[in-house]
Amino acid sequence: MGINRRDFLKLAGLLGLGGKAAFELVLPGEVEAAVAKTQAAGTRWALVVDMRKLTDKVAARCIEACHTLHNVPNYLEPPDPKLALSEDLKNRWQIKWIWTDVYEHAFVGFEQDHQWEKLQGMNFLLLCNHCDNPPCVRVCPTQATYRRPDGIVMMDMHRCIGCRFCMAGCPYAARSFNWRDPRPYIPKINPDYPTREIGVVEKCLLCEERLAQGQQPACVEASGGALIFGNLNEENSPVRAALRAHYTIRRKPYLGTNPQVYYIV
Amino acid sequence: MLEYAFVGTRRYYTLLAVLATLAAVGFLVYLKQLSFGLGITGMSRDVSWGFYIAQFTYLVGVAASAVMVVLPYYLHDYKAFGRVTILGEFLAVAAVTMCLLFIIVDLGRPDRLFNLIKYPTPNSVLFWDMIVLNGYLFLNIICGWLVLEAERNQVPPPKWLKPLILLSIPWAPSIHTVTAFLYAGLPGRGYWLTAIMAPRFLSSAFASGPALLILLALLVRRFTQFDPGREQIQTLAKIVTYAILVNVFFFFCELFTVFYSRIPEHMDHFYYLFYGLQGKGWLVPWMWFSIVGMCIAALLMVSPKIRQNETTLALTCGLIIITTYIDKGLGLISGGFVPNPLHQVNEYMPTVPEILITLGVWATGFLILTILYKVAVSVKEEIRA
Amino acid sequence: MADYKNEFGWFAPKPTVEKKIYNLTAVAVGLGIFLVVFGAPVLLNMGKVHPVPQPSVDTPAIQKLAEKERQCVEPTEWMRANHMQLLWDWREQVVRTGERYYTTSRGKKVLASLSNNCMECHTNKSQFCDQCHNYVAVAPNCWGCHLPKEQNVAKAEGK
Repeated sequence: MGINRRDFLKLAGLLGLGGKAAFELVLPGEVEAAVAKTQAAGTRWALVVDMRKLTDKVAARCIEACHTLHNVPNYLEPPDPKLALSEDLKNRWQIKWIWTDVYEHAFVGFEQDHQWEKLQGMNFLLLCNHCDNPPCVRVCPTQATYRRPDGIVMMDMHRCIGCRFCMAGCPYAARSFNWRDPRPYIPKINPDYPTREIGVVEKCLLCEERLAQGQQPACVEASGGALIFGNLNEENSPVRAALRAHYTIRRKPYLGTNPQVYYIV
Repeated sequence: MLEYAFVGTRRYYTLLAVLATLAAVGFLVYLKQLSFGLGITGMSRDVSWGFYIAQFTYLVGVAASAVMVVLPYYLHDYKAFGRVTILGEFLAVAAVTMCLLFIIVDLGRPDRLFNLIKYPTPNSVLFWDMIVLNGYLFLNIICGWLVLEAERNQVPPPKWLKPLILLSIPWAPSIHTVTAFLYAGLPGRGYWLTAIMAPRFLSSAFASGPALLILLALLVRRFTQFDPGREQIQTLAKIVTYAILVNVFFFFCELFTVFYSRIPEHMDHFYYLFYGLQGKGWLVPWMWFSIVGMCIAALLMVSPKIRQNETTLALTCGLIIITTYIDKGLGLISGGFVPNPLHQVNEYMPTVPEILITLGVWATGFLILTILYKVAVSVKEEIRA
Repeated sequence: MADYKNEFGWFAPKPTVEKKIYNLTAVAVGLGIFLVVFGAPVLLNMGKVHPVPQPSVDTPAIQKLAEKERQCVEPTEWMRANHMQLLWDWREQVVRTGERYYTTSRGKKVLASLSNNCMECHTNKSQFCDQCHNYVAVAPNCWGCHLPKEQNVAKAEGK
């Protein structure tokens, strides 16, 4: 069994060498080769949000597509008016796989007293960032949340014990908990996709069920080009092209989670 | 020895009945929570831990503080504490039991509790917390019970017990350290992201735990034939004094780092707790009461006159218990979650069912504590007689 | 105390104790409650006849299949005994490894999905699944999330 680059770097880090420099020291010239190799081998899904094309209407379409497909309950406007909730409960129970919020909330700490006027009230499309270094995976005590080799931060709803450690760990508020049985609040149940039970956490899974069938995520399909999806490890993928051609920003990159949702502003 | 628990005065049985009733009420409400979901609590998408986890955190501290009577007796051969080690150990047993119960009532899927063991995950702090808490529970049950039994039979305790007792000493701070690591390692939660979290937890634990022990010792003296002893109480009072002073000092260290560096993500939580943020802040008066009360209590404890008078000592200990409880029980969890990562303020307030379940767990803990103390005190009374 | 080795005293003569049952009423009441509580399931179900379950495979989807095609992913006998294990294995396989297909013992590749494969044929959960599950009083929690694709499910679940 050979040692791969990741393990080697870990080992190097343990030995107090750390990082690229150490790597070059021990195995000169190997870095680029190793990187190229992993890149050729695997898939690393990523998403680019083109804010120039993302109007509120498009965003609403994306949210609608996702939430209908995945049986996400609507606590804001329940299908049956008798189930209407108080403002407080709406706020507390809300389940969001993909949602919008303003620049000041999406990019906390980036706001300026005087800034580009188009940012005023610009609604950013937010979802799980499928981090390379996800804190939610780190804290989960049962591996109910785990990272797939293709980068998707996946959830096993059969295993989740509902401790909500991942919600405390996520710095993007991308996770929601089922505080009650969601079924009565699902406008129209899609029988092909499961609903959730009381007491488990849920979030965006990057439509892994659609990817398995060779389809794009539902939000990307509904976005009419505002969302760009693809394999980061593939030189000519649309995401790589978008990232090459534009200046992009990410949410809270300084936390070291390495989020994989990029925004062209 | 357990037979002592079945013989008692009317007052003893009344106390048991009251606690059992509260526990039963809590259990009934818990059944409701099981069927409806955690939506009957005040927790939310933004404040995803609340009252339960707060009690858990506080009680881990109470449990850990047993080491403050065990350590002087076994490591420094401080003979006087021989009389009260059992009170400390049994308090730890009751406190850890409550901790475990609070974790269970906080789970969304308690039916899957054993997934923690089925899929052991060493990179999760919760996994380690499960190990240290259960380990500490067993250590204290075994050590406490066997030492008491040996004392009753007037024989030395079994030899193999000594290593276990010695192990329980470093184990005590470990439970609170691991509990602090639950919070202190999360990116994006500025209030918790501090290396001083575990030391702060320990200092507040070593103040509030022995303070509670002093009150319990005074109660034991008042209502039974067994006197834990004046010297013992005074030594505990000194421990409380140092610990509360260190705790206040740590708090100001925290304030300095946060407010001199002026990093908003760390400051905003303090603003929320002590001034209110975006017009919201129901915890503000509580937090001010907590910190001002804690400072006053620390100053009072420094004065030998107040410390040596058992009435003023009891009152000050009460103040310490309340103020550290507010700091750790109410402020710590809410403060960490508000504002949320998107800098929105969604406040948390426990609901009535949530408080009833909490009371039920406390009652269960005190039921265990009462029974264990009854056994311990009966043994001590018998030896004296 | 002095004469005994210990309180059970195997060296000392046995102390004579009057032969009688103490607290007879309390003991009897306790025993009575015990019998009632533990006997309740037997008592309550006494005399009731439970028909042997007859799971039906008569659904339009199955009828549409040609005679030769009309078989489950594995032989019926095997499925009857092992379907729960198979579903568990599928669950682990699909969720944890992302592999969505299962190769049957006959070498056929099928979609490993409860809702999107099993229930596509067995569109009669109440006449199929529930028949045996109710009879042996098991409540598999699949249906908390996965949808049985049958009309009037709530009524049929027998809850």
